[in-house]
Amino acid sequence: MSQRQVLQVFEQYQRARTQFVQTVAELATRPQNIETLQNAGVMSLLRPLLLDVVPTIQQTSALALGRLANYNDDLAEAVVKGDILPQLVYSLAEQNRFYKKAAAFVLRAVAKHSPQLAQSIVDCGAVDTLVICLEDFDPGVKESAAWALGYISRHNAELSQAVVDAGAVPLLVLCIQEPEIALKRIAASALSDLSKHSPELAQTVVDAGAIAHLAQMILNPDAKLKRQVLSALSQIAKHSVDLAEMVVEAEIFPVVLTCLKDPDEYVKKNSSTLIREIARHTPELSQLIVNAGGVAAVIDCIGNCSGNVRLPGIMMLGYVAAHSENLAMAVIISKGVPQLAICLSEEAEDHIKAAAAWSLGQIGRHTPEHARAVAVANVLPKLLSLYMDTDSSEDLQVKAKKALKNILQKCTHLPALEPLLHDAPPNILKHVVGQFSKVLPHDSKARRLFVTSGGLKKIQEIVADTGSPLQEYINTINNCFPEEIVRYYSPGYSQSLLERVDHYQPVI
Amino acid sequence: MAALGSVRERLGELRLEYIVAHRLAEDNRLKEYNAAVAIQSWFRGCQVRAYLRYLHKMVTVIQKWWRGYVARKYFRSKVKTAYFIMKMNFYNEMAVRIQKRWRGYFVRKYVHNYYALKRYLEGVAIKNNIVRKELDKYADIKSREQAKKKMENEEREKEYHARKMHYLLSTEQVPGIYNSPYRPFPDSMEIRLQKARPLSHKDRPMEKPENPDLLYSDCRDAFSFPIMQPLPPIGMKRPQGPFRDTAEVLQQRYKPLEPTLRVATSISSVEEAREELKRQEWRRGVHDKGFAPFSSFHKTKGYDPLIHTSSDYKQISFVTRAEQPEKWVAKKDFRTVFTPVPLFDKFGKMYSKTGGIV
Repeated sequence: MSQRQVLQVFEQYQRARTQFVQTVAELATRPQNIETLQNAGVMSLLRPLLLDVVPTIQQTSALALGRLANYNDDLAEAVVKGDILPQLVYSLAEQNRFYKKAAAFVLRAVAKHSPQLAQSIVDCGAVDTLVICLEDFDPGVKESAAWALGYISRHNAELSQAVVDAGAVPLLVLCIQEPEIALKRIAASALSDLSKHSPELAQTVVDAGAIAHLAQMILNPDAKLKRQVLSALSQIAKHSVDLAEMVVEAEIFPVVLTCLKDPDEYVKKNSSTLIREIARHTPELSQLIVNAGGVAAVIDCIGNCSGNVRLPGIMMLGYVAAHSENLAMAVIISKGVPQLAICLSEEAEDHIKAAAAWSLGQIGRHTPEHARAVAVANVLPKLLSLYMDTDSSEDLQVKAKKALKNILQKCTHLPALEPLLHDAPPNILKHVVGQFSKVLPHDSKARRLFVTSGGLKKIQEIVADTGSPLQEYINTINNCFPEEIVRYYSPGYSQSLLERVDHYQPVI
Repeated sequence: MAALGSVRERLGELRLEYIVAHRLAEDNRLKEYNAAVAIQSWFRGCQVRAYLRYLHKMVTVIQKWWRGYVARKYFRSKVKTAYFIMKMNFYNEMAVRIQKRWRGYFVRKYVHNYYALKRYLEGVAIKNNIVRKELDKYADIKSREQAKKKMENEEREKEYHARKMHYLLSTEQVPGIYNSPYRPFPDSMEIRLQKARPLSHKDRPMEKPENPDLLYSDCRDAFSFPIMQPLPPIGMKRPQGPFRDTAEVLQQRYKPLEPTLRVATSISSVEEAREELKRQEWRRGVHDKGFAPFSSFHKTKGYDPLIHTSSDYKQISFVTRAEQPEKWVAKKDFRTVFTPVPLFDKFGKMYSKTGGIV
């Protein structure tokens, strides 16, 4: 036996292992192969290969494991149960950058599925190692570590707290400042995931100085980065007034508005979400947005897109209008009401309609002037039909009813109220008639119109319980008119007239 | 005495008279008593009634005065309160008047200033218009940029296509497929082909990955192994002339290897040489034992004097220049480092940094 023959055996063995892991990794990319692989016991075969002497085999087996774990949570759980994580975590600190990337990929794939799995990753001490990886020189390693940390913290506040406690936030903030766009994106997304759970977590992110860097990147030409940055800012701003003010102080204001014109849908959505989260807190912040022309920009944005992208914009209009009558007036003069009316009639999904109805209710509830602006846009019949429609969701019905009630209680614009007299159910009719009873005693022209348009006739046809508010309103209206005309329009009046003819004794 | 006598005379008579009188008196006593009682009762009744009447009169007077006093007191207080209420009402009314004015003024000025609100809303409308215009401009610029980029890409693609299809260019003799002789003017592709440079194999551009961010495997794309990328070129500028003669450069490039002495010799060459010497000696030697001198004559042998010199014949004691700085001509010592030998080896055969031959 020559030396060469001996070595050949080893070479063959190594080649076979390499081929095996590469094939498995390749097979794992197709979902239809996964079950077969799982049944063939691929997990137990890949585990020893993670400790192989050849680095390429280690990396490729980690890659294969990652792809398997990425596929569904059963496989991810199998990775956890197979005690593979400690190995990975151990070697994450030791090995070269390619291995680090693959190991971080496995951790990410496992953490993705559920809080329990993410917790198991935290329990095996992976977070600290991942944080060390954030200090690596290679941007790829940093990126995959940041990605894994983001997936871990995505689930709940405890996991995020664990990531924060490991000291990830300052390093993530450093990662945002790196020149690589992909790394920036992932780091911004991780910050967004971290800060979305609680005000304290958001505060730690803010304390690390993230806002200034995030705010600078709003103007970045990369759309995906913009999405993540805007999402991170809105997650920070959503918690409290202080945080929202800090976000505003980063001078995001005229700049964010340009994002509303971005060709990318998600950039639009996230920027209107950011504006909404800021406007939500106080009248002052809303005022600031109005003064910056944000309302007009949001309204234009609503006009330019459709579906779920509209939703945050619609809600933002509602929040701004809810704060005070002046702000509601600002929404009205920015031509917000017609746009919302379009949303109400165009959109197919109930929750968007519900949001539009709510916003309209918030705009119209302040003064008769506001209610008139809303009523002129012909919103009331639409709201009524949404309320009456049996296909509407319960939430939409409630919101439509509330909005109708809010608007009707202030509305003195009688031509808009007239149609409602004819097809409103009693609980809405009460408010409509109430408004008539308030206006008619003081307005003679309106009284005349009321008679000629058939409103009075309709009023006489309403059957109300004696003593109910509706009856009182009807009585008030009837008192505004001469008795003859009231009687003339009462149902059955012709009958009684004819009866009088029957019983009349002619005077000869 | 006579009188006494007369009385005594008449004593009987008197006694009788006395008895009758008593009897009479006794008979009338009850009557008189009753009469006296009646008279007395009447009188006393009158007296008491008069007194009572008097008392009543006095009581009336007292009551009259008292009631008058109380009523007057009550009236006075009543008037006071009425006056007070009247005053209060008046003050209240005045206060309301003042408050009304003040509140109206205050609210109009500070809380709900209609004109300020109107102005504010107008301002908001103007601002909205400005923002809308700016944003439209921004979107317009963006879309134009995108369109331009797209057009450029298309142009580049067409250019590349033309270069690739350059063989379809028409020649003097044979019109190409884009240059139909039956048409008044050639196809635009023909003009493009004329302008284009044919694609040669040398000029093929290096294939770039689609996304420069994904130079490293991030485990997202389809199966790939980590590849070490070469370092990027530092500067893309081409070197500028004038250049040396090609023959000279080629000669320089392909000249045979001339290792320096130091490189050519082995590190153990000294030991090897010694060994070789020993071996030679051993080979050449006539006998193994060394030839040892048997006297110490050679130690004491002096130099033979020369004819023309008058100096000592001994070895002159050697004093280096460094030990005698007072004899120096210049102030500095000599430089103790010499140009190393390899540099002399290369002399005249290599380029220096500045381009001149060393």
